[in-house]
Amino acid sequence: MTRIRFNQQEIVFAVFALLFLVFSIFLNGFLTADNMLTLLQNVAVLGILGLAMAIVVIGRGIDISLIAALAVPPGLVLQMVQNGHSLPASLLTAVILTIAFGLVNGWLIAYAEVPSLFATLATGLLLAGLGQAALFQLDVVQWSSGMDGFERLGQGTILGIPTSIVMFAIACVVVAFLLRQTRWGAYIYAIGDNPYAARVTGIPSRPIIVLQYVVAALIGCFAGLVMAASVNSMPTRVFNSTLIYDVILVVVLGGIGLSGGRGGVLNVVIGTLLIGTMLNGMTIMDISYAGQNLIKGVVLLLAVITDSFLNPRNEETAQQGDI
Amino acid sequence: MKHFGSPTKAIVATLALAAMTAPALAQQGLDEPFQKPFKEALAGKTVAYVPVAMNFDLTEGWYAGLKKELEPFGVKFVIRDANWNTNAGAQAVTSLISEKPAVMVVHNPDVQTYAKLLQRAENEGIYVIQINMGSAYRSSAFVGANWVEIGERQTEGVVKACEGKSNKIAIIQGALSAAASAYTLKGVENVLAKHPEIKVVSSQAADWDAAKAKAITQTVLKQNPDLCGIVGFWDGMDIGTAAAVKEAGLTGKVFVTTSGGGERKGACELVKSGAFDLDMSYDVPTQAAQMAGTIKWLLSSGAKPGSIKGSEYTTLIPITKENADSQTTCWNLSDLKK
Repeated sequence: MTRIRFNQQEIVFAVFALLFLVFSIFLNGFLTADNMLTLLQNVAVLGILGLAMAIVVIGRGIDISLIAALAVPPGLVLQMVQNGHSLPASLLTAVILTIAFGLVNGWLIAYAEVPSLFATLATGLLLAGLGQAALFQLDVVQWSSGMDGFERLGQGTILGIPTSIVMFAIACVVVAFLLRQTRWGAYIYAIGDNPYAARVTGIPSRPIIVLQYVVAALIGCFAGLVMAASVNSMPTRVFNSTLIYDVILVVVLGGIGLSGGRGGVLNVVIGTLLIGTMLNGMTIMDISYAGQNLIKGVVLLLAVITDSFLNPRNEETAQQGDI
Repeated sequence: MKHFGSPTKAIVATLALAAMTAPALAQQGLDEPFQKPFKEALAGKTVAYVPVAMNFDLTEGWYAGLKKELEPFGVKFVIRDANWNTNAGAQAVTSLISEKPAVMVVHNPDVQTYAKLLQRAENEGIYVIQINMGSAYRSSAFVGANWVEIGERQTEGVVKACEGKSNKIAIIQGALSAAASAYTLKGVENVLAKHPEIKVVSSQAADWDAAKAKAITQTVLKQNPDLCGIVGFWDGMDIGTAAAVKEAGLTGKVFVTTSGGGERKGACELVKSGAFDLDMSYDVPTQAAQMAGTIKWLLSSGAKPGSIKGSEYTTLIPITKENADSQTTCWNLSDLKK
């Protein structure tokens, strides 16, 4: 007798579909095109960050410093423009800073062999501290007139679709292409699946891992620019928020196991949709902050518990080295 | 001799005598008896400052203002940045209690966490001054905004703007446990109790976070495009609220009120641009000056810490389009730091 097996991705999708259905029936104004766009718009930045995290997690790492990459280089752009530098020069400086940051992360993890959790925990603090101490005058870096026009990256619409959703879609396509169509992407899966086997077969593991963190940092910086453009300022203290947990949640919930080698862009999209639907529905229902946290916790726990019932762990999966 | 009899001559002679003796009198000035003990009471004393975080207009403004007023008197000014971390802040206060500064200036993240610690500090002989966000413990002085009044005046503004419109409003709260948020909400409720026609369609916490405020406002505006007003709880967060209103093309139609320290970029510029219709400013430089005054008074009074307790609620400045252009309505952080 064959048992029907669901994986976590399908379970999360089912939870999302169920929630969506319930909200559509019982919640006035939920199932409108406008609200659907708002729902997506609200989680677009989270989704873009999820993509960056996915790349690293598939390669069996984790990048806790992602929020620093989101906050500091884009904050630097706004600060430099405020201080009278041109927008292109500021953007270039920020990109160079981001790449340098990714290289440091990658080097620490691939060559110095520091576990990714600790390496990025430290470098994230370092970058955020550098920003606070040396780069920004204030935590919230205000938009200035030199940035005019750039806000279109996060505000307004393209063909009726809010720009931030378009940016998320573009990021999805680029990351899907990188992961599925390039040799680099295939190597990441191989390294994530079994780093030792990957190295034995001649894959240049270390440079690939470095590249992984550089790309993640660049995507993080891109998410930050979209966010800054969207709220017309860069609240750099977002580094101290719980955003990084939400990002990890999107990735893990979507079904990209922390053991690496599995999952892709679709998983991030599904994870993002579930979070987005919950947040949107609860905002419409005007549920209190504490109530929202409670519901979020319960739904997430249910998804994870269901998964462990349907896919019990065995010797082999337990060996995979979950965090 | 005859000449001396003339009154004119007599006056001239007296004046000449006075002119000769006057410098001698001035050289024996009167010593003011109180300034010496005042200077002694301040010199070499340590004032410790524990803000919820540095690097934003309020805390930087208080810091600059206090430094300017106290350092010339030889006061040592130390800072313990809690950096948005309540635990780090509580630790800072705890370690300060053992270091025994003369005065502690504390910015509470919520009404409970520091309350017991502040009481202990005063028992240990440290004056405690609480700024803007008070705790449940009443210390030597509270200097700050009257949040209930802020909530009331903001809501009155919104209620007025809503006349003849949908009467639907939204409330964007800060962090639920913070005094600033909870007391402002009380003010909002006070006014709403008198206006049953007003319907609150959404009242949620955005945790002082602009991105969260934007997300909430977007959703609310999609559900209620006829919304007539929003009561926001801090201008640093309500940049996001305003961005959502602007994106929905409702600037000018939805009345946005908020409150803040009145820094030019964060307050006046945004009111001028139409992002905020009313920003209740508690004017940080004035608060800093009042705090500095209180510190000078406490140190020179010799009063036992904890034996006297008072409050100084700062006068609110409502910033609207009418006064946002004025040089005196807002302040520049860069100028205050000079």
